[in-house]
Amino acid sequence: MEIAFYLSGLVAVLATLGVISNTNPVHALLYLIVSLIAVALVFFSLGAPFAGALEIIVYAGAIMVLFVFVVMMLNLGEAVVAQERAWLRPRTWLGPALLAGVLLVTLVGTLWRGDIGLVIEGETLTAKAVGTLLFGPWLLIVELAAILLLAALVTASHVGRLRPPEKPPTDRESGARKEAS
Amino acid sequence: MNWLSPTLVEALIAMSKALVILLAAVLLGAVMTVVERRLLGLWQDRHGPNRVGPFGSLQLVADMIKIFFKEDWIPPFADRPLFVLAPAIAMASLLLSFMVIPITPGWGVADLHIGLLFFLAMAGINVYAVLFGGWSSGNKYALIGAMRASAQTLSYEVFMGLSLMGVVAMADSFNLREIVNAQTTVWFVIPQFFGFCTFLIAGIAVTHRHPFDQPEAEQELADGYHIEYSSMKFGMFFIGEYVGMVLISALIVTLFFGGWHGPLLPPIVWFMLKTAVFLVLFVLLRAALPRPRYDRVMSFGWKICLPLTLINLLVTGAVILIVG
Repeated sequence: MEIAFYLSGLVAVLATLGVISNTNPVHALLYLIVSLIAVALVFFSLGAPFAGALEIIVYAGAIMVLFVFVVMMLNLGEAVVAQERAWLRPRTWLGPALLAGVLLVTLVGTLWRGDIGLVIEGETLTAKAVGTLLFGPWLLIVELAAILLLAALVTASHVGRLRPPEKPPTDRESGARKEAS
Repeated sequence: MNWLSPTLVEALIAMSKALVILLAAVLLGAVMTVVERRLLGLWQDRHGPNRVGPFGSLQLVADMIKIFFKEDWIPPFADRPLFVLAPAIAMASLLLSFMVIPITPGWGVADLHIGLLFFLAMAGINVYAVLFGGWSSGNKYALIGAMRASAQTLSYEVFMGLSLMGVVAMADSFNLREIVNAQTTVWFVIPQFFGFCTFLIAGIAVTHRHPFDQPEAEQELADGYHIEYSSMKFGMFFIGEYVGMVLISALIVTLFFGGWHGPLLPPIVWFMLKTAVFLVLFVLLRAALPRPRYDRVMSFGWKICLPLTLINLLVTGAVILIVG
């Protein structure tokens, strides 16, 4: 099972690199699907088949289908490939890659020492602590944020609603309107 | 014969069983192409293919020879890797699903704890065959077919999973073998009648069978997503459809009609008989029903089937809570 874990992990990393470096959007999405399936295999090898199956059903089977659907509808042509090529020039990615490399080194160094309790001030804030804080003392703010999202939803549904086709005003109507004004 | 240890013998037997099931699934899919045409002929009051061999029984061989010797043409405007990959996905995802189906107490490939979820995952992967096939063909009809197929399959897969959750709740397991064993006294089609109806509809829609063959509607789309395919690549889409039909029939039998359970006859015969009934039902539906309009197919899925499965699931859960 360990071999399966490392192999599928390697496939996931390579496929994700393929997503970034591929210039054809649909091929890049294909790499992303492979990456998701590899992550599902990682779950399987870790002894969590349920999570693995859900990963494939939800991400590979539903969300990625919508991605592919939209990309296919856009009918992206040569211009997009050229633009992707331009983005892949070292001049574009060298700076961010350097900064990300510094972060990677820091992360690996911290993990290497295995000293998770070492923080600058106070103690490590776990997900549980965040949850109790959010739904305890700060409940009002969470609810307000939810209402903001609801407002956005209502706005989106208002903007996207079907309008009844507007009839152009007939001569008689516009004439009547002129008389009234 | 020292190297022939008991574990090796066991592994060899399991492998040969898996191979037999694989071959049986593919062969049954191929035979169904001819059986369907004969049955359609019977129900539509015409002859059907009855010239090759006695009662047209060799029609399958003739078709195979024809399809193998056709030119395997890839259009120059097609996206080559995806064009080749699509039929492979179509066939492989469906064949892999046969892995979880328990045929008799002794026959079956894998005894997965998440058997049903595995089938749903493979059904999800199967959408890509149509999507990639339609897009990589570089043909507008193919693209429209792929659009329709993916929209239809996504909508119907939503409640396909939900329609099975009632069965899962009653059997208390995702394992198909345990689901069959839970039906020794009463088949799940009786308590889960609405689940059965919606799963049947969703199964027909997901395999793009008539009357849900919108993606390949001949009159409007000139065969839809596989219009540019020829030779055995088309053959894989074509056989894949029938393999899907066999798969859905076998699943309906496993989930709702007690699998191999039945009096007198041996389990394998019961399983095959029940599966055959549903295969014939698939053909009868094609012979009898006209193709509905696309928007009606979509609104039927979302407005009738999805609420129905949700209500079914709620009532099932309530009954289990009250009785248990």
